Amino acid sequence: MSKRRSLTEAQCVSLAQKLLRERLCHQKLPDRPLALDSQYKHLLELLRRTAVHGESNSVLIVGPRGSGKTMLLGCVLRELMSLKEAQKNVLLVELNGLLQTDDKIALKEITRQLHLENVVGDKVFGSFAENLAFLLEALKKGDKSSSRPVVFVLDEFDLFAHHKNQTLLYNLLDVSQSAQTPVAVLGLTCRLDVLELLEKRVKSRFSHRQIHLFSSLSFAQYVDAVRSQLSLPPDFPDPKFSDAWNHSSYTQSLFPLSAFTAGIFKPIHLFLSVSRVSVSHSTLHEADLLEASRLISADSKAIILHGLSILELCLIIAMKHLNDTYDGEPFNFQMVHNEFKKFIQRKSHSIHKFEKPVVMKAFEHLLQLELVRPVDSGVCKVQREYQLMRLMLEHGQVMEALQRYPQCPTDVKQWALSAFA
Amino acid sequence: MKIHLCLTGIKTIILDCNNISQYSVFLINSALMNRRDIMSAVNPDQYSYPSVFIYGHRATGKSHVVLSIMKDLELPHASVDCVECVSSGLLFHQVLSAFFGPDAAALLPRCPSLSDFVRLYKQMSSNSPATQTRYIILDRAERMRDMDFSLLPALLRLQELVNDNVTVILLSEIVWEKFRPNTGCFEPLLFHFPDYSKGKSLVQILSWDHHPSYTPELYASYINILLGVFFSVCRDLRELRHLAVLNFSKFCEPLEKGEAKESDIHKLWKNIEPHLQRAMQTVYLREVSSVQWEQQQMDEKEATTLRVLSAHAHIELPYYSKFLLIAAYLASFNPARTDRRFFLKSHGKIRKTNFLKKHEKTSNHLLGPKPFPLDRLMAIFYSVVDSRVAPTASIFSQISSLVTLQLLSQVGHDDQLDSPKYKCSVSLDFILAISRCVCVCVRLLDLLALSLVIQSQVVRQERSLFTAVSNLHLL
Repeated sequence: MSKRRSLTEAQCVSLAQKLLRERLCHQKLPDRPLALDSQYKHLLELLRRTAVHGESNSVLIVGPRGSGKTMLLGCVLRELMSLKEAQKNVLLVELNGLLQTDDKIALKEITRQLHLENVVGDKVFGSFAENLAFLLEALKKGDKSSSRPVVFVLDEFDLFAHHKNQTLLYNLLDVSQSAQTPVAVLGLTCRLDVLELLEKRVKSRFSHRQIHLFSSLSFAQYVDAVRSQLSLPPDFPDPKFSDAWNHSSYTQSLFPLSAFTAGIFKPIHLFLSVSRVSVSHSTLHEADLLEASRLISADSKAIILHGLSILELCLIIAMKHLNDTYDGEPFNFQMVHNEFKKFIQRKSHSIHKFEKPVVMKAFEHLLQLELVRPVDSGVCKVQREYQLMRLMLEHGQVMEALQRYPQCPTDVKQWALSAFA
Repeated sequence: MKIHLCLTGIKTIILDCNNISQYSVFLINSALMNRRDIMSAVNPDQYSYPSVFIYGHRATGKSHVVLSIMKDLELPHASVDCVECVSSGLLFHQVLSAFFGPDAAALLPRCPSLSDFVRLYKQMSSNSPATQTRYIILDRAERMRDMDFSLLPALLRLQELVNDNVTVILLSEIVWEKFRPNTGCFEPLLFHFPDYSKGKSLVQILSWDHHPSYTPELYASYINILLGVFFSVCRDLRELRHLAVLNFSKFCEPLEKGEAKESDIHKLWKNIEPHLQRAMQTVYLREVSSVQWEQQQMDEKEATTLRVLSAHAHIELPYYSKFLLIAAYLASFNPARTDRRFFLKSHGKIRKTNFLKKHEKTSNHLLGPKPFPLDRLMAIFYSVVDSRVAPTASIFSQISSLVTLQLLSQVGHDDQLDSPKYKCSVSLDFILAISRCVCVCVRLLDLLALSLVIQSQVVRQERSLFTAVSNLHLL
């Protein structure tokens, strides 16, 4: 007989949802990243050397989208800041290639994050290097003997390589090599060929240290990873509910999913299945995961084809025939209209003859949906009817869409299936 | 009538149907929409997925449903139409003023960058933390691809960048594959708004704006007739509604005049069907405005032809301009080798060879007009015009005015004064209409017929053709 009133079912469901959403959507940092132990140790060691011993370092963390780069970095920084010496000294500057699209903006952001706006004031600097040197000088402690270590985190590192002259990268890496201030430069990027993007002088100042995050999990490890992401923690208030939840069986459905998950740490399908959980449906079933994977892997172009009018569908079939006959060479509206007229005259019973402007309007609708694209996009002096276009659909997609099209007239289907237009 | 929407198992939101429109009711109730999925994915009280992408055809209710959910549940949202955002600064301004008031938006610098926006947002949200999820709704999101390249990927992961519970909802007609940047981005949740089926949904929605003085059954039969004409061409709900409203008075004319009763569907159909066919060629194509259309219906005693936008009949060209245009058309579509045969008075030997090469048979008509030099145009012009014409400046200036009217187009550079090249930009129908106006002699009609013959790719026996051509010149 427990004194505490156990939570109602609905409250359990809501709490479970809250925990899982925080984990899946809000990217809450786990205690330890899964299957990344060696990389974790390596990175932690590097940063400790900078923070505690004053060594300068530069490292690139490379891995495809969703492989856990930001998560790894977050966990390492969290542990670093728990060390006593690091807590007092280390300054963290976080830059993102998407936000800081220019070196000037980046410099302002660095100034702001180091809380040196007042120190800089209204000074005008001749170059980026002077500015950066001034900032780092200002960080030196009172006796001017040692300076506080700074950790620069550059997210989307490859975008910084597109700046003019790569000044920011050059200067940061220069500082990390010249041993004046202990500086750690960490770059995170999804491009595996990021070193090709760097200029020679920048590349030579980089330490060529790379940490690769390629998820090479076996299926059993994958299942474990998914289970650990979906399971409720042991301190959940209602142990019976969390037991039932953790032991629900959905392993079978994970096999088809493991083939196409973008990254183990960006689980859209897990989120979709979690969102279906409600009072009436309070545990996770296989059907949920399968439904979620069906939603993700649906072909959106085929779905769009479902809503076209018959005239537009006939135009697409005419374009498909032109592609088959002429091996994918670009066509113009006049040719498509010609094919369509041939179909109307010879084979069609249900579709009556439409005027050319009406057919043109249907064609323009297809242009707006970007199912057809002009070959040279730009203002041309060619008339609209004679502008060359390409069809952005595959033969297979068209045929599949035709099967699913509601109330498709049989002569249109026959025309699509015939080899000779 | 109340509808219960179950969210996260605890709250059932009760929507009062008197406030929201019938259209929303229909969408909520219809089994077509996976609204439950959308509602549970974008959860107002807990963390919701950072970005959602909703796609579907036009007028399938995307903006309407999302905005009505936001308004009814009174969620903090910022709705931005990307067509209005010529620069990204306008977008930032609208979002900040919707969430934090106009004072916050005033703090943005002159040409705000994304960095400024994120910094200001973080500052504002730490002052007023969110109790509920905030939503940014971007309508017509395909325009965002043309803005700064980093705007779209940054907005997709805005939740992570500002460390706040915010969800970005993108609405678009175009599929997600065309949005994805080159190096990838944070993948949003994809939702599809399906299109309407003809029988159940479309007829039902269209019958809602029936006229109060007639029965709904009459309106439903009118809608069925309208869809019978237009459904195979267009499925856009807005267009169909517009056409339905415009043509209903014409449909009810026999009822008002007393010629037919409501149950006389066949008679009403016979009355309205040619009218709808004409509407397809004019109002549907926006050749006439709706006002003109309605006026024409009111005073239609004699079947007057409408003054349409691209009407060929009412372009008044000077006498010689018409001949110049006809000559330009012949020059564009007939290959230069055949000029000698068609236009010279005295013809040499008649050879038996094919006067059209194989590749020219298809290319003449389908690939468009070919450029021709000015001299060739003048040569054909002189042989086409019946009277003697002196090459004065007035003739040449007419060519320039044809170029300005965009009936001819100049090929090549503007300052090529020596031998400018032109192309004919009008279709055969236009030329035939013009030549009918001009008192054209038989010879001209035959020449046009000849080019028609060329275009239809039917070359009958060459001998008879050659004799016909030679007879022409002897006239």
